[in-house]
Amino acid sequence: MLNRMEKIKKKKEAWETTTLKKVLERFPERKKRFVTGSWLDVDRLYTPVPQSEEEFIEKIGFPGEYPYTRGVQPTMYRGRLWTMRQYAGFGTAEESNTRYKYLLSQGQTGLSVAFDLPTQIGYDSDDPHSLGEVGKVGVAIDSLKDMEILFDGIPLDKVSTSMTINAPAAVLLAFYIVVAEKQGIPAGQLRGTIQNDILKEYIARGTYIFPPKPSIRLITDIFEYCAQHVPQWNTISISGYHIREAGSTAVQEIAFTLADGVEYVHAALQAGLDVDQFAGRLSFFFNAHNDLFEEIAKFRAARRIWAKLMKDRFGAKDERSRMLRFHTQTGGSTLTAQQPDNNIVRVTIQTLAAVLGGTQSLHTNSRDEALGLPTEEAVRIALRTQQIVAHESGVTNTVDPLAGSYFMESLTDRIEQEVWQYLDRIEQLGGMVNAIEKGYVQKEIQNAAYQYQREVEEGTRIVVGVNQYTLEDEKPDKILRVSPGLREIQIEKLRALRRMRQASRVKRALQKLEQAAHNRNENLMPYILDAARVYATLGEISNVLRHVFGEYQESIVL
Amino acid sequence: MRRKIRILMAKPGLDGHDRGVKYISRALRDAGYEVIYTGIRQSPEAIAHAAIQEDVDFVGLSLLSGAHNELFPEIVRLIRKYGGESIIVFAGGIIPEKDIPFLKEHGVEAIFTPGASFKEVADFIEQNKRRLSH
Repeated sequence: MLNRMEKIKKKKEAWETTTLKKVLERFPERKKRFVTGSWLDVDRLYTPVPQSEEEFIEKIGFPGEYPYTRGVQPTMYRGRLWTMRQYAGFGTAEESNTRYKYLLSQGQTGLSVAFDLPTQIGYDSDDPHSLGEVGKVGVAIDSLKDMEILFDGIPLDKVSTSMTINAPAAVLLAFYIVVAEKQGIPAGQLRGTIQNDILKEYIARGTYIFPPKPSIRLITDIFEYCAQHVPQWNTISISGYHIREAGSTAVQEIAFTLADGVEYVHAALQAGLDVDQFAGRLSFFFNAHNDLFEEIAKFRAARRIWAKLMKDRFGAKDERSRMLRFHTQTGGSTLTAQQPDNNIVRVTIQTLAAVLGGTQSLHTNSRDEALGLPTEEAVRIALRTQQIVAHESGVTNTVDPLAGSYFMESLTDRIEQEVWQYLDRIEQLGGMVNAIEKGYVQKEIQNAAYQYQREVEEGTRIVVGVNQYTLEDEKPDKILRVSPGLREIQIEKLRALRRMRQASRVKRALQKLEQAAHNRNENLMPYILDAARVYATLGEISNVLRHVFGEYQESIVL
Repeated sequence: MRRKIRILMAKPGLDGHDRGVKYISRALRDAGYEVIYTGIRQSPEAIAHAAIQEDVDFVGLSLLSGAHNELFPEIVRLIRKYGGESIIVFAGGIIPEKDIPFLKEHGVEAIFTPGASFKEVADFIEQNKRRLSH
């Protein structure tokens, strides 16, 4: 082994002083320093590094086995392709229901619900805060009634549904469970995911309601309730996506997401749960940007680190508890409003990154999303991009095809090292909640975002169509417009709902919820379910909790 | 000596996409302006009050959720109502080309869409600051 390494090293030195040197004298390289999209140095050439058989097994190993560097399934896409799951939702429940049926008819295999911002922040459509926002970035859901319409004609035992909902996740999950009850489907058969990741809301996404402590209590209540009653449900999707969109590096995306994960595991243990009782239902959500190799290495490193954390730090015994399963969305912030067709190419590269990185499900962005909500045609091209990669590119034929690439393994190791450094630093700061409250995490991300944008403005980072290869006159693109007057429609529906339901039962359910909220030993899920069943609105339920828990104030870092 | 130009950077509506507004705020500060940033999810009332209280020359609005047609005109109206006659309002975000004339009619003087550079924002401020009364 050593002898072989010695030989390669000598040969490399000889190459450097002869073949390479001659060329460099005549044709210098384009840049002094080559870096990944997130500023990790990239060498000219990677060659074998000394590695024992034990080290191979320990670091790279085999798919479906610890440390899962190569993937969580032994056969990966040879067995089953990833779930193609386009995030969609706009306007009223009726309009979104139509879009979901269309997507399912086009071969999509799972649903992903986008809620409008009032829903995500626990405001009814008639709340003054909701002005201008009803039905804009997702569907407006005010009560169980809207949820019944949203899933009308869609058998909930046949689809898996992902819901991007965080602060009021317990309420929307309750609506979903009750809709299933009405379809005659027991909660035990429901499959899907709620995002339910409040920490990244404080860091990057912004749809928080309550302060960290009661928010985390709601999360652990959901863990506990679902472990007993909705065992196939992914109770959280710990998300790096929005951290990356806020401008973080690839390393920061993984580091801060896994640090959030550590915080949730701690909280659940403190609430008295056993690690293997809930850890198998934790899932993750990452971004895929344009730097192909960095992204693939990032996914591989993330799996390895999480497996180590769960095994060594939390003593997880169940293999499922050690597997990092993740959803990916292509990078929204990489899309350009200029020459939007170019975005199809970007999304293709990002799709390859997600697939070569071993994702379990994928959303591909549409070409027109820097301009507004995507049109149906653009969404179809985005879905077709996944289907072409799945069925025509051949990358699905073998597991973890890039393993063993000198560059890929080196980059995976490098990212892992840098992530551990961040995890140590956050530990020193007293954990993720403290690090967020001190503004440390936000500051790190903002510095990266600032540097990135400076480079774009200075032209040292080329964005095709934006700072190079621009066009003088661009034709404006077709965009989707949400019909105006949505707020009025929702307000009318709310009025009708309030007439139809039994006010005294609503009042009683909300009172019981309030009492339970005051008592830390009560799990809130059954109370929220009871309120949902009698058609208490999302805003009413959220306001009860606001009253008991208070509201979070952003710590502004510039 | 003339005082420094003061700019309030504000995020109305409910979306949390603050990467753009934070970048512009920091770049404006680095360029020598006084910058106050409100944080996310600010109501039109709160923004208008802050503009008056902080005695700013410019207000920059950032919104990516699509609620601009409802919120921007309301903010301009409230700023004027509370006595900020000469405050110059500009905005940025995912704002369709088609909406720009409507917003300009309602007092938003410049709109920077995705891909706009900081230089364009800084040029706008420089070109318009001489209109200010003090």
